[in-house]
Amino acid sequence: MALSREQVAMRVAQELQDGFYVNLGIGIPTLVANYVPAGIEVMLQSENGLLGMGPYPTEAQIDADMINAGKETVTAATGAAIFSSAESFAMIRGGHVDLTVLGAFEVDQHGNIASWMIPGKLVKGMGGAMDLVAGAQNIVVTMTHADKHGNSKLLSDCTLPLTGVGCVKKIVTDLAVLEVRDGAFHLLERAPGISVEEIQQKTAGKLVVSGDIPEMQF
Amino acid sequence: MAGFNKVVESYEAAMAGLEDGMTVIAGGFGLCGIPEGLIAQIKKMGTRELTVVSNNCGVDGFGLGILLEDRQIKKMVASYVGENALFEKQLLNGELEVELTPQGTLAEKMRAGGAGIPAFFTATGYGTPVAEGKETREIDGRHYVLEPAITGDFAIVRAWKADRYGNLVFRHTAMNFNPMAATAGKITVAEVEEIVEPGELEPSQIHTPGIYVQRVIKGNFEKRIERRMVRQG
Repeated sequence: MALSREQVAMRVAQELQDGFYVNLGIGIPTLVANYVPAGIEVMLQSENGLLGMGPYPTEAQIDADMINAGKETVTAATGAAIFSSAESFAMIRGGHVDLTVLGAFEVDQHGNIASWMIPGKLVKGMGGAMDLVAGAQNIVVTMTHADKHGNSKLLSDCTLPLTGVGCVKKIVTDLAVLEVRDGAFHLLERAPGISVEEIQQKTAGKLVVSGDIPEMQF
Repeated sequence: MAGFNKVVESYEAAMAGLEDGMTVIAGGFGLCGIPEGLIAQIKKMGTRELTVVSNNCGVDGFGLGILLEDRQIKKMVASYVGENALFEKQLLNGELEVELTPQGTLAEKMRAGGAGIPAFFTATGYGTPVAEGKETREIDGRHYVLEPAITGDFAIVRAWKADRYGNLVFRHTAMNFNPMAATAGKITVAEVEEIVEPGELEPSQIHTPGIYVQRVIKGNFEKRIERRMVRQG
């Protein structure tokens, strides 16, 4: 069966390593924070200027001057630092953030990502997404494998305006984990009970399947 | 009092000299860390044809959003503007021009503007609509876009504490764009929660040195919360 949003987040959380600085985008990526594996410590970066984002505040802790990049009230974790937007994007642009997890409308086999603009619909802006995809060492995209009409979101070439070029390394969808390299999607894992054929059928771009593809483990 | 006293006593004095057609850089991220009273003063003055540079444009009825009500903004330079219906309407009507700018590039444009750097190369936006019409260059195998700096006729910022020298300290994530905005205005006005006696601010803990700040005013802030999230416990 296709993974739930929580299961996608759980699988992405397996990409976290002890000591990682991680930026989590809005939506499914935000849920990843709930599934940090036991025994490892990561620091969450929020691009409005917080390194070491903690949980939501209690009623007593709420402070209008303490928010995350989603404009939600938040707390600072022990060991946190707060700084300006320029400093925040210096650490992003400078490649100091180990892992960025973000959503997308489309990804293609060249590692290009489209996540901010659908022509004809109102454009709200890219926020920090373009800076994040241009700067992070390691980018994981989370999205559904196909849209609600069944159209693949893993394409040979993105059709929507891009957020960044050649930057996506890994994709975790509700059906599969894939790596992007050498101009193709390489199937690494499949969701429990999902066949390689189904993944093949829902991947419009070039898909490389080599050997037996294991099911994801949770 | 001889010497440095940048404290002004009225919002009229704080924004004196603002004219139609000027560029105003505003600090803040969403509604966090915005100079509420200075924005209200711009609304009161009715200044028009403004170019406003800020990460966001407030929400309907609060923050920079109130400057849309009387169509005071001609052009908005921002990274994300999705939070107000009036903004959408004016954009679709062609009454408002918007230049969407990646958030980190926007921060760096302000920083560069204040630091006398006319433009800089960044990988952000290469190969995207943001790079259209801009010079690009390949440096050590990576592609970069040349982005011009931004300066403003005015910069309006919110700080936590200030002294009469204009030294500023920001509070928590209300810092955000404020330090860069403060450097990039010909006239920088800081609206602050508290004005302290000279010497009270530890010199090594000052975020924005007073040299960047021309006027300081004590404000009263509503500090509206955009997304109130609470955990039990």
